[in-house]
Amino acid sequence: MSVKELEKSATLEHAGDGHFHGDGILGEQFETLEQQNTSYLIGMWAFIVQEVLFFGAIFTAYAIYRFKYVLEFTLAHHELSVPIGTLNTFVLLFSSYTMARAVRAAMQNRHKKQAFYLLLTFLFAGVFMVNKYFEYGAKFEHHLFPGGDYDAHTIVEHAEKKGELRVAEENGKEVYELGKTRDGQFTVFKKVTPEEFEQRTRLFFGFYFVMTGLHGLHVLVGMIIIAILIGRAWIDHMKNKPVADYMPVEMTGLYWHLVDIVWIFLFPLLYLIGR
Amino acid sequence: MATATYTGTDKPNYLNWKTTVASWLLTYDHKRIGILYLVTISIFFALGGLAAAMIRMELATPKGDLLTSDVYNKMFTAHGVIMIFLFLIPSIPAVFGNFALPLMIGARDVAFPRLNLLSWYFFTAGALCVLVALFRGGIDTGWTFYTPYSSSFAKGEVSLAIVGIFLAGFASIFTGINFLVTIHKMRAPGMTWFRLPLFVWAMYATSLIQVLGTPVVAITLLLVAVERSFRIGIFDPNLGGDPILYQHLFWFYSHPAVYIMILPAMGVISEVISAFSKRRVFGYHFVAFSSLAIAIIGFLVWGHHMFSTGQSMYAGIVFSFLTWIVAIPSAIKTFNWMATIWKGRVHWETPMLYALGFMGLFVIGGLTGLHLAAMATNVHLTDTYFIVAHFHYVMVGGGIMGYLAALHFWWPKMTGRMYPEGWGKLAALLVFVGFNLTFFPQFILGYMGMPRRYHSYPEEWAVLNVLSTAGSSVLGLGYLLPLIYLTWSLKYGKVVTERNPWGARGLEWELVDTPPDPHNFERTPIVTRPAYDYNHPEEPTGFVPKPRPVVVGGKDG
Ligand code: HEM
Ligand SMILES: [Cu+2]
Repeated sequence: MSVKELEKSATLEHAGDGHFHGDGILGEQFETLEQQNTSYLIGMWAFIVQEVLFFGAIFTAYAIYRFKYVLEFTLAHHELSVPIGTLNTFVLLFSSYTMARAVRAAMQNRHKKQAFYLLLTFLFAGVFMVNKYFEYGAKFEHHLFPGGDYDAHTIVEHAEKKGELRVAEENGKEVYELGKTRDGQFTVFKKVTPEEFEQRTRLFFGFYFVMTGLHGLHVLVGMIIIAILIGRAWIDHMKNKPVADYMPVEMTGLYWHLVDIVWIFLFPLLYLIGR
Repeated sequence: MATATYTGTDKPNYLNWKTTVASWLLTYDHKRIGILYLVTISIFFALGGLAAAMIRMELATPKGDLLTSDVYNKMFTAHGVIMIFLFLIPSIPAVFGNFALPLMIGARDVAFPRLNLLSWYFFTAGALCVLVALFRGGIDTGWTFYTPYSSSFAKGEVSLAIVGIFLAGFASIFTGINFLVTIHKMRAPGMTWFRLPLFVWAMYATSLIQVLGTPVVAITLLLVAVERSFRIGIFDPNLGGDPILYQHLFWFYSHPAVYIMILPAMGVISEVISAFSKRRVFGYHFVAFSSLAIAIIGFLVWGHHMFSTGQSMYAGIVFSFLTWIVAIPSAIKTFNWMATIWKGRVHWETPMLYALGFMGLFVIGGLTGLHLAAMATNVHLTDTYFIVAHFHYVMVGGGIMGYLAALHFWWPKMTGRMYPEGWGKLAALLVFVGFNLTFFPQFILGYMGMPRRYHSYPEEWAVLNVLSTAGSSVLGLGYLLPLIYLTWSLKYGKVVTERNPWGARGLEWELVDTPPDPHNFERTPIVTRPAYDYNHPEEPTGFVPKPRPVVVGGKDG
C-alpha cells in the first residue's frame, strides 16, 4: 500500500472488503455495525459494574456506621427533608421515563421527538439539581455542613422537642441521653458526651454530602452529555438525516438509569429509614 | 509541513507514516499508545529506582547517617507509590497489552481507541499530581496510606497524591474496560476462545480485576482526602471512625492489585516459554483457567494483610485458608511451564532467560507467601523485612522479569530493530544475580526480626544489609544496561524486516509486518489453527483473505 492509499483508507474507514460502512457511523476498528453496537453495550455495562463497586464501597462504610451509631444517625436523619427528597425521587423517575422514550425515538430515527424527550430529561435533571441546591443551602444555614462551623445544636434542639434526647449531667459534665418518650416517660437507651454526639452526627452529614455530592456530580455529567445529544439530534432533524447512530443515546440512557438507581438507594437509606 | 507524512519509498509503518508531535499525542493507534505508555512509565521506573537507591544507601550502615528518619520515610513512600501505581500497574497491560493484544487476536485496533488515548491522559495527569506532591515536600505515609496517620497526622500534600492515584486508577479502569470488550468482540473470525494465546487469557483476567477492584480503592482514598479536609471520622478512631475499615477497603483492591501486576507477566511467560521451546504450552486449558481462578480467588483473600491488626481471629482463619487456595492455580501454571520446556527445543535468547528467571523467583516469592499466610508464622514475620523480600520476589522477580521478557520479545516487532543479544544476556544475568543478592538476605533479616520502614538498625544485621546494598548496585546496573542498549539499538541495532525473527507462532508474528502497518492487517485475517501450533510448521495460524470482488447489482450490492 502506498502512502496515498494509506491516508485514504484511514479517512474512508479501512474499507475495501465490500462491507457496509454505514454512513460514517461505523468506527474504523469494527467490521460490522452489530459488532460495534454490542461492543459499546458491553463496554457501558462494564462501566456500570465499575460504578456499582465505586458506590458500593461507600454504601458499605455508611451501613457499618449507621449500624454502629444508630441512635445518633437516626436523629441526624430527621434533619433531612423528606418532601424534597420525595419530589426529587419522582423527578428522577420521570426523567428515566423520558430518557427511555428518547432512546426509543432514536432507534426509530425520529430526531425531533428524540430531541424533545432529551430536552424533557434535561429539564428534570435541572429541577433535581435546583432542589439539591436549596437542600444543601438549608444545611449550610443550620451549620450542618461538616466544615469549620459545623454545629449539632439544631439536631439537639429538634430531638429534645421530640423527646428523643435529654440533656443531663453526670459527674459535673454535660451528657446527652438518647432514648424515647412514651406516655410522658423517657427511657434512656444510650448516653453520649456532646463531643461524641457532634462527631457522629458530623459523620452522618459527611456521608450525606459525599454520597449525594458524588451522585449530583453524576447528574451534572449526565446533563452535559444530554445537552450535546440534544444538539446532535436537532442537527439531524434540521438536515433531515434518514439514519443516525442511536448508540450514543442508548448508552447515555443506560448511564442515566444507573444514576437513577443510585438515587433510589440513597433516598431510603438517607431520608426514610429511622422515621 | 512537508515532513509531516512519510515520504520514503519503502512501505510505511506505524512509526514513520506520520511523525509530527501531534500525530503521537493525538493518536488513536493502540500501538502508538503502547509506546506513549512505554516512554512515560520508563521515566517513573527510573525515578522509583532512584528512590530505591537512596533507601539502600542509607541502609548500607547501621546508623541513620545519610538520611534523617523523616526524609527516609518520604523516600520509601515515593519509591512505593511510584513503583506500584505509576509503573507496575500500567506496565505490561498498558504497554504490551496495548501494543500486542489487538495484533494477537487479529483486530485492527482495540474496541475503544479514544478511551484508550484518554486513559493515557488520565494516567499522565495523575502521575503529574503525584510528582508535584512529591516535589512539594513529599509525603511519608507509605504506599498503603494507612489511617489515621494519613488522614489526621501526616503533613504534606497527601490529598494531592491521592487525587493523582485516583486519576491513574481510572486510567487503569479504562484500560480494563477496553480489553474486556476487545477480547469479547474484536477477535478475528476463527479466533475462538480456546485458540487465544494465553497472554490474552491473562489480560482478560487482569481486566476483570482492574474493573472490579480499582473503583473501591479510588473511593477509599477519596474518603481519606475528605477526612483530611473536613475532619469527618470515617477512619480515625479519635473522631469515631474505624481504621480497620480502611484496611479492609484498601486491601480489597490492593491484594487483587498484586495480580494486576503478576497475571500479565504470567501471560508473557506463557508466550515466551512456548516460543523459545518451540512447543505448545502444556496444559493449555489449565493455564488459561488458572488465570481466571487467580483473579476470582484473589478477591477473597485480602484479610491476610490484617492478621495482626485487629481483625477477628475467625475471619483470619478463613482468610488464611483461602490464601493457601490461591497458590494452587499459581502452581498449576508453574508446573505447566516446566512441562512445556521439558523435551522442548530450548533456545537461550534473552527473553527466555528472563522467563526462566521469572519461574525461579516467582516460586520463591509464592512459597514464602504461604509462610505468611499461616497465621502463627505471620505474627512473627509481619512488618519485617521478610515481607519486603516476599513481595519483591513476586513483584520484581515476577512482574519486572516478565516485563523485561516482554520488552525483549516484542522489541523487534515494535521498533524494527534487534537489541544486541550479547548485552541482553549479560543484563539478564546481572538482573538475576543482583536481584537474589539484594533480596535473599532480606528474608533472613526479616526472620531475625528486622522491621521494615526504619532508617537505622543494630550492628549485628550489618553484614546482611551490606550484602543487600551491594546486590542492589548489581541489580541497578542490570536495569541500566537495557535502558542504554535498547535506546542505542533504535539507531544502530540490526534492522529487522522479516515478520518473524523468532520463528514463533501467533498472528502478530506470522501475519503482521515488522514494524506493523498502521492498520495492522491489510484485511481482517481468518484464523485456522490453535495457538502455539509448533507441530505443524507448514500450516500458518491464519491468513489474510484476498479482497472480495465488489459485485455491483448483486444480491447485496
Ligand atoms: C502464592 C501467592 C501469594 C501468597 C500466598 C501471598 C501471601 C501474602 C501474605 C500473607 C502477605 C501479608 C503479610 C503481612 O503483611 O503480614 C503478603 C504481603 C504482600 N504480598 Fe503476597 N502473596 C502471594 C503472591 C503475591 C504476589 C503475586 C504479589 C505481587 C505481584 C504479592 C505482593 C505482596 C505485597 C506487595 C505484600 C505486602 C504489602 C505491604 O504490606 O506493603 N504477593 N503476601
Ligand atoms: Cu495480599
